[in-house]
Amino acid sequence: MDSSRALYADPGLPDRIFRGVARGGGGLVLAVMLLVGGFLLYRAWPAIDRARWSFLTTEAWEPDAGNFGIAAVMVGTILIALVAIVVAVPLALCGALYISEYARPGIRATLISVVDLMAAVPSVVYGLWGLFFFEGAILPTARWIATYLGWFPPLGVVGVDPTDPLSTETVYTSSTFIAGIVVGFMVAPIICSVMREVFSQAPAGEREGAYALGATRWGMIRTVVLPFGKGGMIGGTMLGLGRALGETIAVYLIISPVFVIQWHVIQSGTSSVSSLIALRYGEASPFGMSALMAAGLALFVVTLIVNFAASSIAARSRSGAASDA
Amino acid sequence: MTLAPETPPSVKEERRTVLPASLPRPVEPAGERRRSLTLTRATDTYALVGSAGGAIGLTALLFVWLLPFNGVVGFVLSAYVLFLALYALVVSFDEDGPTVRDRIAGVVVRSLGLVMVAALAYVVVFTLWEGRRALPHLNFFTQDMTLAGPLDPLSAGGILHAIVGTLEQITIALVLTVPAGLVCAVFLNEVPGRYARFVRTIVEAMTALPSIVAGLFIYATVILSLGTGKSGLAAALALSVMMLPIIIRASDVVIRLVPGTLREASYALGTSRWRTAWHVVLPTARSGLTTSVILGTARGVGETSPVLLTAGFTAEMEANPFEGAQVSLPLAAFEFVKSPEPAMIARGFGTAATLMALVLLLFVLARVIGGRAPGQLTRRQTHRRVLASRRDAERFAARAASPTAARAQTVPSDTSFRSSP
Repeated sequence: MDSSRALYADPGLPDRIFRGVARGGGGLVLAVMLLVGGFLLYRAWPAIDRARWSFLTTEAWEPDAGNFGIAAVMVGTILIALVAIVVAVPLALCGALYISEYARPGIRATLISVVDLMAAVPSVVYGLWGLFFFEGAILPTARWIATYLGWFPPLGVVGVDPTDPLSTETVYTSSTFIAGIVVGFMVAPIICSVMREVFSQAPAGEREGAYALGATRWGMIRTVVLPFGKGGMIGGTMLGLGRALGETIAVYLIISPVFVIQWHVIQSGTSSVSSLIALRYGEASPFGMSALMAAGLALFVVTLIVNFAASSIAARSRSGAASDA
Repeated sequence: MTLAPETPPSVKEERRTVLPASLPRPVEPAGERRRSLTLTRATDTYALVGSAGGAIGLTALLFVWLLPFNGVVGFVLSAYVLFLALYALVVSFDEDGPTVRDRIAGVVVRSLGLVMVAALAYVVVFTLWEGRRALPHLNFFTQDMTLAGPLDPLSAGGILHAIVGTLEQITIALVLTVPAGLVCAVFLNEVPGRYARFVRTIVEAMTALPSIVAGLFIYATVILSLGTGKSGLAAALALSVMMLPIIIRASDVVIRLVPGTLREASYALGTSRWRTAWHVVLPTARSGLTTSVILGTARGVGETSPVLLTAGFTAEMEANPFEGAQVSLPLAAFEFVKSPEPAMIARGFGTAATLMALVLLLFVLARVIGGRAPGQLTRRQTHRRVLASRRDAERFAARAASPTAARAQTVPSDTSFRSSP
């Protein structure tokens, strides 16, 4: 009569050591990550404890006077990121569709390399381009938008008469609009390479099926490629949004900081959390440092939410496996 | 060239090859027509060129007389919108609805894709072009800024200190992150379980850490709490905090691509886990791992904000990363362009161009080494495999030829797969 027995495999000493080292490596990384998060929270706590809920609603940033909050900088950060996404997503989507569906196979490999390289271009390079070239080039358009679309409040500009031909154009510089477009160009290749990866995985059988039913190329894209790549498109957009929220240098070089909520995206003066940190860390008192930590923590929480939303959306779709950074 | 089906029978009777072009145009039988297999037709080109010309002309007219628009961007935008409308109109004369939509979508996708690539290429070319004033001076690469003030011409001063700083900081960061990152990635894949899933979730969360917050963390811990001054080491630590999750995540993806059948084959031969990881998984993923490390390096090299808070700024050469402010290339570019002096701005662009060249070099390196799927070999690797296999064949043949010698021979020592004790 056979008796049931417990299954046990003796991995041997070398394997135990291997597992120990691997677990130790994982634990070390885990410790570093938790230390970063924990330390941020620990150092930010005095400021959060003092400001309480007004931390979320105060616009000014005067930590030593006890009057500080992230309302203005967080709104600025989110507006810049939104402008960036509005600019980047159509460009990235069309770029990705072009590379995966329209480009001839001969130039496809080159284009993929170019876009991947662009994703690695340092942000300071985009900042220099934005500051020295793009800002001047976009001013007439910003002025036109303010003049003819200014009836829509976010696009209006306060304190200037757009119909006056002699009015200064400096009111349109250093705005959310310009910073957002530059950041948009910066994140477009990142979004594009995620989307292209997903589109190229759309099953050939379904493509051929669509063609066999008489679809045009666009008909095939609309009914096969885009639905298949939906998860990757959302995941890539979220990834770009996360990068746009955290971008420092390109934004810092372009905007002129103000600490009021600036809804007028065309108007000069805006702010972002990361540029606030870059601007104020040097002169901060210990309590001011704590307040900056709290702002950094708030930014981290926002990007974290965006990232987890992206990965959960991507994981639920068919194409989710390909939405890696 | 083959004879087309509609060739009249009289030609066949001549019994020699006649090019169809030289024949008199045959009478087409009813219902049959020679088809061109190319996808573009002449009328498509006419519609495209005609609409483009019409749109440009109309926009020029509107710009001069009617529209309240000015500037190049405005001209291009209105010409583009007009072009789309005209093109849709022209195509709709000959085609049905789905085809018109296909044409419009094709034009929009192509043009926006082109705009993206062109805009990005322009960003790079602009930087290199603006750097043209600083880059030809040899002293730009051999001197530091100690003796050069803001008003000095470009023939004095350089960015050697920033180049040295960048190389030292990225080296320290790589020494810290590559072993830790690879061990962690191997851990995530080879020792799976609840703990590994938790670590993976935390690592994914940390890829969301904004780089400035990584800098702020090191500034608050190393510089303020421990009391060491700003230094290259602090900058390298900040870069490490930023790069570690990126490298782990990229390596994790690459290792996950290693076919499970390879692992199972190795286990079936009685191999232990660590030998499987060391002799099967890592060699298979080597090219992908190299790529992910190099791309992580490219991210780290170009990152300004963690360095901004932790490295400090100096005009002097600081070869020792452990004490004293040490500037790096992106930080130097950032600080140079804050000056209003044209020479300093030229230096800033020169620095940015140098940084671009470094990133480009890393990228090309990644493409040359990596870019291959797991298990795919280079020609040299294939050659080595063939040689090794030939040696094995000879050994086996020798062994089969002399049975007495074979019995004395021990197990060959160069096989990797020995059964675990």
